[in-house]
Amino acid sequence: MGSEDNFFNELQGDGGVRAPYSNYNAWFAEQDTTRLQTKSKEAEAFFRRSGITFNVYGQSDAEERLIPFDLVPRILSNTEWSRLAKGIEQRVRGINAFLHDLYNRQEIISAGIVPKRLIAKNDAFLPQMIDFTPPGGVYTHIVGTDIVRTGENDFYVLEDNARTPSGVSYMLENRETMLQMFPELFSKIKIQRVSDYPKNLRRSLEAAAPTHCDGRPCVVVLTPGIHNSAYYEHSFLADQMGVELVEGHDLRVVDGHIAMRTTKGYKTIDVIYRRVDDDFLDPLTFNPNSMLGVPGIMDIYRAGNITIANAPGTGVADDKAIYSYMPEIVEFYTGEKPILKNVQTFRCADPDTLQYVLENLADLVVKEVHGSGGYGMLVGPAASKTELADFAQKLKNNPSNYIAQPTLSLSTVPIFTEAGLAPRHVDLRPFALVSPGGVDIVPGGLTRVALTEGSLVVNSSQGGGTKDTWVLED
Amino acid sequence: MLGKTAGGLYWMFRFLERAENTARLVEAGFRIALTRSNDPVSEWKSVIVTSAAQMAYEAKHDGYDSSQVIDFLLRDSDNPSSVQSVIKSARDNARLVRTALTTEVWSAVNETWMLLADRLRHPVSETDLPEVLAAIRQQSALVRGALHGTMLRNDIYDFCRLGTFIERMDSTARIIDVKYYALLPSPSFVGSRMDNVQWETILRSVSAHRSFRWAVDGDYNAPNIAQFLILDRRMPRSLAFCAGTIEENLTYLAKQYGDEKQSLVLARSLQKRLRDRDIQAIFEEGLHEFLMAVINDIAQIGMQIEHDYRFNA
Repeated sequence: MGSEDNFFNELQGDGGVRAPYSNYNAWFAEQDTTRLQTKSKEAEAFFRRSGITFNVYGQSDAEERLIPFDLVPRILSNTEWSRLAKGIEQRVRGINAFLHDLYNRQEIISAGIVPKRLIAKNDAFLPQMIDFTPPGGVYTHIVGTDIVRTGENDFYVLEDNARTPSGVSYMLENRETMLQMFPELFSKIKIQRVSDYPKNLRRSLEAAAPTHCDGRPCVVVLTPGIHNSAYYEHSFLADQMGVELVEGHDLRVVDGHIAMRTTKGYKTIDVIYRRVDDDFLDPLTFNPNSMLGVPGIMDIYRAGNITIANAPGTGVADDKAIYSYMPEIVEFYTGEKPILKNVQTFRCADPDTLQYVLENLADLVVKEVHGSGGYGMLVGPAASKTELADFAQKLKNNPSNYIAQPTLSLSTVPIFTEAGLAPRHVDLRPFALVSPGGVDIVPGGLTRVALTEGSLVVNSSQGGGTKDTWVLED
Repeated sequence: MLGKTAGGLYWMFRFLERAENTARLVEAGFRIALTRSNDPVSEWKSVIVTSAAQMAYEAKHDGYDSSQVIDFLLRDSDNPSSVQSVIKSARDNARLVRTALTTEVWSAVNETWMLLADRLRHPVSETDLPEVLAAIRQQSALVRGALHGTMLRNDIYDFCRLGTFIERMDSTARIIDVKYYALLPSPSFVGSRMDNVQWETILRSVSAHRSFRWAVDGDYNAPNIAQFLILDRRMPRSLAFCAGTIEENLTYLAKQYGDEKQSLVLARSLQKRLRDRDIQAIFEEGLHEFLMAVINDIAQIGMQIEHDYRFNA
């Protein structure tokens, strides 16, 4: 892999320290390294004690792990952020319009922009959603857009995560931890708040409640249970919003509504923020073996008596084959040029493209169309010859399951190491809330960082860490 | 509140109480085996019987060697009632009901689990045993302190207390029952050396060897000890105290929910069996029979609470 000079360094520009980092850098220069090391250990103990952990599937001995936290913030100026936020809002509006169109008139297919076979053969496309509009017309109540930066003004969307994006609890806990560790920084440097997120999430979910719902809508968070890898986040969000955290067996259909079993009997609920995949949502409609969902919920949903967030069937908008059409999709519905760029994407389903991908495998990143979490992907430049050969075989066996992209030069930000600050590659996942009233994007997001020098894989399941993300006030 | 949450709170506190009770049984057994007993094997056997783990234990071990018993009770994952197992269950339940707990209570439970998982990773040597047992007691005290100091006095608190006292009452009743013969009044009313050992074991098993001396002014005989453990309302592990607290918490729930449930009716009748009784009448009824009836009643009340407050689908 090339030298680190080929990557955009968010701390150091050609003319020295870049403006967003100047105040922080001055503060850092005065710090005692030993003290920072102690602070770093304290942060880890704090995460451990608070149970801010995630479960790793198939690893019983280390059942719960911490996502490493780095104490150097990633800093964006308000100008940089405003442009990003505008781009995300535009993209999220495009995705919602796209979903509504796909499940209703399918104009984008008639217009020849997205090929019909990509939809018809797509497992994430749910026929149950056809000719139905969710309450308030909202499909993706929460979107976590993965963004990478390659230059001063070059931001690319890597993934749209329109199903059940996770990680927002880390955004909030990272900020809390920084406030505890370095209160003096927050009095010196004015940073936009992220702490309103849970309140805004609840308000946004309530605004998308079924229209005939009387009084304040009853919102719940639906989790697969304590063994799910993101359980901590589910309980955290329910707690922060002040709503019940339920599992499928707490819910049932009562008089045409979904109700939860309380100590006083069944109570009707209006909005389910579900962290359960589509396939497990309703054993009567989808996977019949699912113990995680609510039998009959899809009938109640189609009758307009419950809001499910995100709506079932949104996955069709964020799979990696549809991704390559996103610029056209955004332009088709918003009538505007996309603000954020898309990464060039090779669709392996096409025989000529497959040939090209196979010939250039060592320079490309190959991903499964429905994959996530960094599983099942190949990073060509980092792979051995055997790995490349094995992967080539997988590609030939099932080409339409894969897309390929050029290896992106992800920007670096500094992390704190024993030898001082050192650059590492990062991405960014801001969180957008969509309600009938509009789109609300919390200023910041989750910055994931590849802790290994030179590595481009930031996923927590693959040894990545996180850091606080600051958006400065003007 | 969700029925599941009520159940999670109730079981979380049952398991925490069970960890503490098991630690206390091990402590008493260890001390007696060391200092008083000519027959440590039968001492350890009665500890296993008291903790209702005889079948599970004998499926694994042939004899009642003290290190095997201690290991089984403290750290064996095949024993669902070992301290290690119940602390894990308590913590799983705490995660389940995380939104109903204050940060203080959650952190205390999580820390307890982390600390004990570490201490119990390897077999505990005789040298380390007192320290490990002390750690279990201290951690329980920490969780209890966080509960009393930070939680609202509402239905959440009532379900926590019900779990604690159902478990405690069951445990005290079993401790007395396993050695009930030592508590029967002997014609002379003077304990033999043998009786004295048994009495000390019983009192230590409920951490009452000291409070008994203060409360009963040191009159060390079977009826006094039985009276103290069964009927004395000043003693926080006595059957009467536990029954009173259970009834009290069910009454609070009935008031909050505006609805009296069957579990409260059962608790009242259990309470009645323990109120205004004297120990002589219980001896006449038959101490063992009395205790069996109490253990059965507690189990009934526990099941009725689960039903009344919809713990399960």
